[in-house]
Amino acid sequence: MADTPARTSGDFPPFRQRHLISIADLKQHEIIDLLDRAERMVPVSRQERKSLPTLSGKTQINLFFEPSTRTQSSFEIAGKRLGALVVNMSVKTSSVSKGETLVDTAATLNAMRPDVLVVRHGAAGAVELLSQKVGCSVINAGDGAHEHPTQALLDALTIRRHKGRISGLTVAICGDIANSRVARSNLLLLGALHVRTRVIAPRNLLPAGIEHLATEVFTDMEEGLKGVDVVMMLRLQHERASGKMIPSVREYYRFYGLDAEKLAFANPDAIVMHPGPMNRGVEIDPAIADGSRSVITDQVEMGVAVRMAVLDALLSGDQA
Amino acid sequence: MTKPLLIENARIVDPASGTDQRGAVLIENGRISDLALGGPVGVPDDAEVINANGLVLAPGLIDMRVFTGEPGWEYRETLASAGEAAAAGGVTSFVMMPNTMPAVDDGAVVDFLVRRAKATSKVNVLPAAGITKSLAGKDLTEFGLMREAGAVCLSDGRNSIQSTALLRTAMSYAANFDMTIVHHTVDMSLAGEGVMNDGLFATVLGLKGIPREAETIPLSRDLQLAALTGVRYHAAQISTEGSVEIVAAAKKRNARVTAGISINNLCLNENDIGRYRTYFKLGTPLRSEDDRRAVIEGLRSGVIDTIHSDHDPQDSEVKRQPFAEASIGAIGLETLLAAALRLVHSDDVPLLTVLKAMTSRPAEILGLEAGRIAKDAPADLILVDLDYPWQVDEKQLRSRSRNTSFENARLAGKVMRTIVGGETVFLHKD
Repeated sequence: MADTPARTSGDFPPFRQRHLISIADLKQHEIIDLLDRAERMVPVSRQERKSLPTLSGKTQINLFFEPSTRTQSSFEIAGKRLGALVVNMSVKTSSVSKGETLVDTAATLNAMRPDVLVVRHGAAGAVELLSQKVGCSVINAGDGAHEHPTQALLDALTIRRHKGRISGLTVAICGDIANSRVARSNLLLLGALHVRTRVIAPRNLLPAGIEHLATEVFTDMEEGLKGVDVVMMLRLQHERASGKMIPSVREYYRFYGLDAEKLAFANPDAIVMHPGPMNRGVEIDPAIADGSRSVITDQVEMGVAVRMAVLDALLSGDQA
Repeated sequence: MTKPLLIENARIVDPASGTDQRGAVLIENGRISDLALGGPVGVPDDAEVINANGLVLAPGLIDMRVFTGEPGWEYRETLASAGEAAAAGGVTSFVMMPNTMPAVDDGAVVDFLVRRAKATSKVNVLPAAGITKSLAGKDLTEFGLMREAGAVCLSDGRNSIQSTALLRTAMSYAANFDMTIVHHTVDMSLAGEGVMNDGLFATVLGLKGIPREAETIPLSRDLQLAALTGVRYHAAQISTEGSVEIVAAAKKRNARVTAGISINNLCLNENDIGRYRTYFKLGTPLRSEDDRRAVIEGLRSGVIDTIHSDHDPQDSEVKRQPFAEASIGAIGLETLLAAALRLVHSDDVPLLTVLKAMTSRPAEILGLEAGRIAKDAPADLILVDLDYPWQVDEKQLRSRSRNTSFENARLAGKVMRTIVGGETVFLHKD
């Protein structure tokens, strides 16, 4: 697709969703619509004056109950490039015992009349709960092990730009599936776009019922990588997992870390992805992470484009 | 002294005797003084007469698992408000779980509850005494002294004892006093941070699962210890197909073991959680539909002895939270009977079996006189319209808390009159 800068959001039909909480809420055409919108946002960030006026006068609050450098700055840059007033709020605690409840926080922020809240929270369903208590649009920037919809969208955009298509590809998602919201959103999105999905992980990092969410399930990395077009690695929370979920980092790396030997089983033109932040030497060989097949920095760039598209779509659409 | 009361033209359903036929009951001095099935009953001249018009007259329900907020959390529920809800639901006696503040782990607290309930509650409150001090699973409480004060059984309520050795000692000591141990079986390390049934649905929601084995493994242990010690043992609430099999096998060898189930696990399944609805976050998680079918069959076949409400009032502050952070529990005193009648209306379980699980079986397990319609039995009775249609509206419920797992449910069957000790404590008004 040619890189023609977006003029206005009016080029697209109105987006009918008020919030973006879960990929599961989106129909296939809405996913494609968001990817097309994001495609048009890519050149905006590449031109000298990186701005569009579409969200001028709007207020965006980034409410992060979990620390995140890259997602928060990506949303901040996306909002600012569209002309929105962006306020960052980091909330250190999310537990009831430590004071204000999530619902209280929602009511307080709602009274400041923002147009969109971008929320990350450590508990699954927290963003959904918050969206029920506010009058503005809400974007899920990650809720526990539930979903991270903009990550799945930016991954899909990255794949589409590198492969020229999405449907019909085979994508492997490898690592800590059980605790990963990125894996869940990607499985839902890729499934909706008729991608063959594989999950590859040791049994104890596979959640119950995963065979219903992925096309195929593998516990052997080499077996699972055979003939795939895309390899998505997941971050292993090794500080938490070591000794509990897996015996050691070195054993994990030996069997599930992506190195040249294992990558050789994938298609010769397979690309390597990672949502970041990476643990080099835990789930991925540094040489692969920084090598020619890695599209990890492209993912970061597409992240801004996708978030611009989502903000624009939610805030300029028909809202009842 | 109140006047004698005659209830005539009733369909008398008494599970203890297997009775289901037309008849009349005469109540004097708080007890059933005469019972006439088909034939005439001698009626004193001054008796008040109630024509039941063919409604079901059954023993008042005995609910084996109810949490209140008194003492400690009176804003959630008091003995008085729980009593109102119970009366409206046809529950004439309930076993109160010891998870209060302070916990019921001492004769003085049992004594307080007995007196306080007499003064404020419309129905009989039967305290369960904690097995361990502060229900912490470490040190035994004084079983004998608490029994003397009025405790009807021993239970740590929603807490589960992890130490096998301590449990063995508790069971041996309870057998000494012939007290029933009512134990909620949860392997805490296996349940871990789980908040709902383990499976595809938990995975989709991104919530940590509680495997069925977190219930069945300690249940197997308990049943072996029960056989070892000879204690009367009641599995507080089971929820899985595997548990039904384990209890069935144990019952073949040991007549002193019984099992209970929450009405929630009979009527609901994990899909009711929908999008993180916290009223469906329960101490014993809602399981799959396959499990639900299995426990219904367990009830029908007699493997499961009792049905209770698991009434657990929680305020909106602790419920309006992300699912993993919300408190567990749902209220259920007022909806217990109507929800249980769903199983009758769907032809899954006969009426006598369903009522038995809430009347004569709990009475036998706890050693109570109530729970049957017989001469000289306490006059704890309910008149029920089995088909009365109604919809649950949380604002209409009498509990101080609103966390019902049957919000907006359409139910058939309602208590028209509740009688405790010969006194009418609830009368349905249209």
